[in-house]
Amino acid sequence: MGIITMKLTASLPAAVALSAAFALAACGGGNTPSDSGSSSSGDDEIVRINLDPYPSTYEPQPSGTTLIRGGTVLDGIGGQIENGDVLIENGRIAAIGTGLEAPEGATVIDAAGRYVTPGVIDIHSHLGVYPSPGVHAHSDGNEATQPVTAEVWAEHSVWPQDPGFEHALAGGVTTLHVLPGSANLFGGRGVTLRNVSGRTVQDMKFPDAPYTLKMACGENPSRVYGSRGRSPATDMGNVAGYRDAWIRASDYRDSWEEYWEAAEAGEEVSPPTQDLELDTLMGVLEGEILVQMHCYRADQMAQIIDMSHEFGYQVTTFHHGVEAYKIPDLLAENDICAAVWADWGGFKMEAYDSIRENLAMTHANGACAMIHSDDDNGIQRLNQEVAKALADGRRAGLDISEAEAWAWLSSNPANALGIGDETGSLQEGYRADVVLWSGNPYSTYTRADQVWIDGALSYDRSDADMQPVRDFMLGQPGEGEQ
Amino acid sequence: MKQLISAFAATLTLAAPALAQTYAITNGQVVTNTDSGILESATVLVRDGDIVAVGAGIEVPAEATVIDAEGGWVTPGVFAPYSQLGLIEVALEDSTNDQAASESPFSVALDVTDGFNPNGTYIPTHRMEGVTRAAIYPGTGHNIFGGQGGLVSTSGEADSVFESGSFVFVDLSQSGASRAGGSRPAAWAYLAAALADARGYPGRFAGDHEGDALNRYDAAALLPVARGRVPLVVQINRAADIRRAIRFQEENAPVRLILVGATEAWMVADELAASGIPVIIDPLHDLPFNFDSLGASLQNAAHLDEAGVTVAYATLTADGYFNARLLPQNAGNAVANGVAWDAAFRAITLTPAEIFGVGDRYGALAPGYAGDVVVWDGDPLEVMSAPTAVLIDGEPTEMESRQTQLRDRYINITDDTPFAYRD
Repeated sequence: MGIITMKLTASLPAAVALSAAFALAACGGGNTPSDSGSSSSGDDEIVRINLDPYPSTYEPQPSGTTLIRGGTVLDGIGGQIENGDVLIENGRIAAIGTGLEAPEGATVIDAAGRYVTPGVIDIHSHLGVYPSPGVHAHSDGNEATQPVTAEVWAEHSVWPQDPGFEHALAGGVTTLHVLPGSANLFGGRGVTLRNVSGRTVQDMKFPDAPYTLKMACGENPSRVYGSRGRSPATDMGNVAGYRDAWIRASDYRDSWEEYWEAAEAGEEVSPPTQDLELDTLMGVLEGEILVQMHCYRADQMAQIIDMSHEFGYQVTTFHHGVEAYKIPDLLAENDICAAVWADWGGFKMEAYDSIRENLAMTHANGACAMIHSDDDNGIQRLNQEVAKALADGRRAGLDISEAEAWAWLSSNPANALGIGDETGSLQEGYRADVVLWSGNPYSTYTRADQVWIDGALSYDRSDADMQPVRDFMLGQPGEGEQ
Repeated sequence: MKQLISAFAATLTLAAPALAQTYAITNGQVVTNTDSGILESATVLVRDGDIVAVGAGIEVPAEATVIDAEGGWVTPGVFAPYSQLGLIEVALEDSTNDQAASESPFSVALDVTDGFNPNGTYIPTHRMEGVTRAAIYPGTGHNIFGGQGGLVSTSGEADSVFESGSFVFVDLSQSGASRAGGSRPAAWAYLAAALADARGYPGRFAGDHEGDALNRYDAAALLPVARGRVPLVVQINRAADIRRAIRFQEENAPVRLILVGATEAWMVADELAASGIPVIIDPLHDLPFNFDSLGASLQNAAHLDEAGVTVAYATLTADGYFNARLLPQNAGNAVANGVAWDAAFRAITLTPAEIFGVGDRYGALAPGYAGDVVVWDGDPLEVMSAPTAVLIDGEPTEMESRQTQLRDRYINITDDTPFAYRD
C-alpha cells in the first residue's frame, strides 16, 4: 500500500507539470506565462483564449484490486518478467514483479501460460470519424473544402456509437488517437481517447492529453485540390501552402503576445480578433500542440523537417512513413518518430517503396518507431502486425527482442501522444491499462482474454456481459458478435 | 525461316520447366491435404514439374537435388481464390491499373487475363510468401458484370496464365444495386435479362439486333455461364440477398454460383449447404462496414464449416494485388476463432482449387499434382513464420523481390557507398 501511495505521489508532479505547461502553452485559459497559477482582479479585463472549451468528462469505472499472477509480463519498455505478477489497485499499477502478495480482497487471476502487457495504443485511427457502417452520412473525417482547415477538431466528428471501438477493445486497444483525414495540408486537430464506452465523446477524452494537429504531405492534398483546378496541385504547392499558413500563424502569435504584454502593463489596447485556424497553429508554435504528420516518402519528410526549422516548431511523428527506413538517422537527429504499417503499400506512387522490414529497420537504426493501423480492421490485430514486423526484422539479421518490440505497441505511441508518463508501460503508478493474452501475443492463435482500463475490467472474452455493445448494434443480426 | 527458328527456340525455353530435374524435399512435416493428413519427417519427390511421391520412407534418387526442410513444414502452395494479382502496379495510377474499365462498352467479354503482367513487382512478393496460384478478378465497370476471371501461377514465367475464362464475375451487393440503376430489384432484373440474352445467342442477335441487356460480344461470353460450363462468381453479403441467389440458382439450372464476400453467410448456413454453393469469405470481416454486413462475425468461417458449406478464404480486407500474400494470417485467425487447423489450411489451398475445378492438379501434395511446394520455417499459419523455399511447377524460385532489394540497400545506413550505387 505504501508503494502505491508513494508512486501515486511521485506521478502527481508530472500531471501538474503537464497542466501547467498546457496553460502556458495556451497563453490563456485565464492564465498567462507571467501569472500562471495566480489570479489578479485586473486580469478579468484581459481577453484570453479558452484552451479547453470541450473538456474531458471521462470517469474511470471503479477499479477493483486485482493481482494477475504468474504470467509472462512484457512491460512495454523493453522488460520481460517470467512468472511475473502485476498488481492493480485504485486504477493504477501498484506493483510489478515476482512473488507479489495478494492484498486482502484482491481478485487473483492465474496467468500461467499467458502473457500480460500494457494496453495497445493506436496513434492513427479514424474510428468515430469514419465509423461503421460506412454510409455517406458517416463520412466525417475530411473537411475537404479548402486545404488549410486547422480550425476543425476531430472530436467534433467522433460518433461514440461506432461499433469499431468495441472490436478494437477486443484486440487489446485501450487508448487511441483519432485524426482527421489527409485530404488537407492542415487537416485539423486530433483527439486522444480512452477506448471506453461513453454517451459523448467528452466521456472518452483522455484527461489532459495534449491536442494534436494533423498535417499531410504529398499526393492526397495535391490530388484533391489539383483535381479542382486550385492550389495545391503539386508537391511544391503543398509546401507553399504550409509556409503561407505558418507565416500567418507567426504573425498571429506575435499580435497576441504584444496585446497581452501591453494589457498586463495596464495599457489600453484592443485584442486581436480570434481565429480558430490560427489558434491551432499558434499552439504548435508554442510547442503545446503536437504535430502528427502524414508523410510517405523520405525526401518529403526531409523537406518537412527543414520547414519545421524555418518556423521553429517540432514534428512529433511522421505517420505512414513508408520510407522511414531510408532516413532513420535524420529522424533520430530531429527527435521524430515514425508510425508505420507492417506490410501495406502499393496503393499510390508514394507508397511504392513499402518494405516489410520498415518498422524493424527504422527502430534498429536508431529512430523511434511504432505500429499504427489507420484502419478499423487492422486496429483489432496490431499485435499480429508487430509480430510480422519483428519476424521480418529478425530474418534480415536485426537483433530485436519480443519485449523490446512491445514498445512499438504501447510506450512509443504513448510518448508520441504526450501521455507517456501516464500510460503505455507497466510501471508502478501508471494507469492500469493492461491486457491479459491467451498466449504469446505474437502468435496468430492468441487473443485478448481480458482488458483493463484504469484498473477496471472492460472486456472479458469469456463473459458476454463484459463485452460492450454500442447502441447501433442493438437489434442487429451482428449484436454481440465479435 | 529465321522467324520459325526463333519461335521454335521460344517453345523450347517455355517447355524447359517441364523437362526439369528431380527435387527431393526431405526432412519436413508434410501437410498433404489428402487422406494421409500430416506426415512427420517425410519426403516430397518432384520430377519433371510434378509430384511423383510423398511419404516417410521414400528413397531419394541419386539424380535428385535435395532441399532439406530442416524439420520445417512442407505444404502445397497457397491458392488465392480472390485477387487482382498482376493487374495493378500502383492502384491510384490508372495507367498501371488494368482491373476495371468503366468506360468500355464491353463487360462480360472482357478477359482479365489479357491484362495480367507476370513481371509485376508483386508477383515475387506473393511467391516468396508462399502464394503459388491465384484467381484473378476483373472489377465492375459500367454494369454489374466485371468480365471473365482467370487462374495464374506466380512463377513470373510467360506461361503464368494457366486458365482463362474460368468464371464470370458479377456484383449483386449494394454496389451492384447502385450500378444497376439504384436498387437490388434492378440488379436482379438486369441479370435475368443478361442471362436471357446469353441463352438467345446468337439467334436473337441476327442482323443488327442487340440484346435486352448485353451486346453480342458480352452475350457470347456469358453463354458458358448460362450452360453451366463456367461458374458465375457473385459478390454478395446480405443474408437476404444470399437467399435470393440460392433461389436464382435453383430457377436457372444449370447455372452454377460461387459467392464472394458473404459476410452474413453464417445466418443462412444450412440453406447454403443444401444448395451446394461454395463461398469465398474473409475470416477477418467482423465489422458492419455497410448495411449489407450488419451480421458480420469472426465466427462466420466456423459456422459455415459446421454446416458443411464449402468455404475458401480470401483477403477482402486487404488490397488484392498487394496483400493477397496475407492469406495464411487470415487462415490462422480463423483457427483462433474456432476453425480446425486442417480446414483453415485447406481453405487457402485445396478448397480454392476445387472451387475453380482444378483441385485434381493444385492444392495438395500427392502424385499427379503440380510441383507447387512451399517449405516453411514454422507453422505456416503463424504470422512469424515464412517460407524458406518455394517451388512452382517443380522448379525452385528466386526468394528475392524489389522489396528485398530495397531492404538490402538501406539496411546498413552508415555504409559509405552512395545508395544508388549499392546493389
